[in-house]
Amino acid sequence: MTTTPTSVERVSAGHGGLREAVADGITVTWRNVTAMKRVPEVLVFSTIQPVLFVLMFRYVFGGAIHVPGVRYVDYLMPGIFVQTIAFGAVQTGVGLAEDLGKGLIERFRSLPMSRSAVLAGRTAADLVRNLFVVTLMVAMGFLVGFRVHTNVFAFLAGFLMLMLFSFALSWAFALLGLTVGSAEAAQAAAFPALAPLVFASSAFVPPQSMPGWLRVFADHQPVTATVNAVRALVLGGPMARPVITALAWSLGLLALFAPLAVSRYRRAA
Amino acid sequence: MPESAIIAQGLSKRFGSVVALDGIDLDVPVGTVLGLLGPNGAGKTTTVRILTTIMRPDGGHARVLGVDVAAHPDQVRTTIGLAGQYAAVDENLTGRENLILVGRLTHQPRKDVRPRAAELLDRFELSNAADRPVKTYSGGMRRRLDLAAALVHRPPVLFLDEPTTGLDPRSRTQLWGVIGELVSDGTTLLLTTQYLEEADRLADRIVVVDNGRIIAEGTSSELKATLGTTIIEVRLENDAAVQSAVGLLGQVGPAESRQDGRTVDVSVSQGGRAVVDVVRLLDGAGLAIDGIAVREPTLDDVFLRLTGHAAEADADQDKEDVA
Repeated sequence: MTTTPTSVERVSAGHGGLREAVADGITVTWRNVTAMKRVPEVLVFSTIQPVLFVLMFRYVFGGAIHVPGVRYVDYLMPGIFVQTIAFGAVQTGVGLAEDLGKGLIERFRSLPMSRSAVLAGRTAADLVRNLFVVTLMVAMGFLVGFRVHTNVFAFLAGFLMLMLFSFALSWAFALLGLTVGSAEAAQAAAFPALAPLVFASSAFVPPQSMPGWLRVFADHQPVTATVNAVRALVLGGPMARPVITALAWSLGLLALFAPLAVSRYRRAA
Repeated sequence: MPESAIIAQGLSKRFGSVVALDGIDLDVPVGTVLGLLGPNGAGKTTTVRILTTIMRPDGGHARVLGVDVAAHPDQVRTTIGLAGQYAAVDENLTGRENLILVGRLTHQPRKDVRPRAAELLDRFELSNAADRPVKTYSGGMRRRLDLAAALVHRPPVLFLDEPTTGLDPRSRTQLWGVIGELVSDGTTLLLTTQYLEEADRLADRIVVVDNGRIIAEGTSSELKATLGTTIIEVRLENDAAVQSAVGLLGQVGPAESRQDGRTVDVSVSQGGRAVVDVVRLLDGAGLAIDGIAVREPTLDDVFLRLTGHAAEADADQDKEDVA
């Protein structure tokens, strides 16, 4: 059995290595961003929750929370930013589970495209969405009295830190979405995983106020690390240690979950 | 040119304790159409998934245009197109965007992607809806778009997994027309279906599968010759007469009583002549006939004959369109 010259040519078109992987990733990103724009409701609803939290903590609980040496609104907003991207990252899993359920992944798997493109394109599109949503939340923060106390470069560094954390979390939820296989299940499984990370952290209150056992957890988890780094970058104070800790968390999560998600994708049917 | 576009030998697959495929052999010559006929759960989709590199078999091997599907899936993917039972298109994108997406992901020359999308939209009569999101499409339109998406990169081998399941008769006939055109262009096609009529209409050869095994194969006329081309349904006035009727009508063709206890199905090769025989025999024996009808064999008849059990009673249950 031999292949014809035409099929050999076709075959060679299917192998482009890294360049092809990047091109395919960009194509899938385009697809996801285009689809997102067609369903603005999702974007609106993923913004409503953090906006409500800002209003609640700024005006309802905020008066009762005293953090020494800092206005509560300045303390709160970095926490809100991280909370926003953490819950927003769930969409990565939901979107992949939907693609799986609707047979789109099946089609992608029958195409001569890069194996990593579906996941890379999904996480990249979610990064674009998070960029938009966090920008919106920063504007919201300025409206309710949040101010940057350092400089514009430190602030941008904080923003990048948020994007990196969001990207890392997206890969974790990509793995979840591919594993549970339905959008509803991905949504349902995400909350119990995220709630302790987000609320038992330094996002809304200083961990010093928590009982000892909880404080141990709150002090040593990625949400706290990222919140502390962003806080240091926008409020001032010692930056090196919190930034390095947060970077280590994000890169560590990425190094753990990206290969797991890709390998899960290869096996998903 | 390899003579066989698709070859499968001894394909087997288990899911836990369930045996999905139990030694499937196929040989589809280039430029021909093979119909894989069977009820839900027979193993049709699993076979297609293996041949399209989506799933690996537990045993056996398969080649598409001479390339092993498990060893060189990337090569195989450049030569195949797949359209599935559940229209795999992105409903938030427009029809045109869906085709552009596939064009890019199959690495067509950049300048060809848009013209090819326009050409396919035109060919599948979707031009008017080309720039509307797919969620506004009817079930038939989605299927046509799904089929168009499978053709973007001009694959010489096409797999269609139950292309018309769930479609209304008009959309089905329309899709059959389109598939017929593709085939006359020389595309090799493997088609799975639950409908005998569909296999009959489109396939050169038919393979009947049940419980992961091939239970019959041949051309449509060969299968019909073993089955009888026509079925005469005789409803008797009296339940007690059924057994003697089955015995008598065995002279005309294979006869079986139905579960309702009052009807006998007789498979015959020539309907008109046989009806006369049936009436004459029953009348001669003094058995009263309540009703008589002549019909084409259905998948149920095929299965009843080949396996002794009916194709799943609820085989049509999931026909509600995904739309």
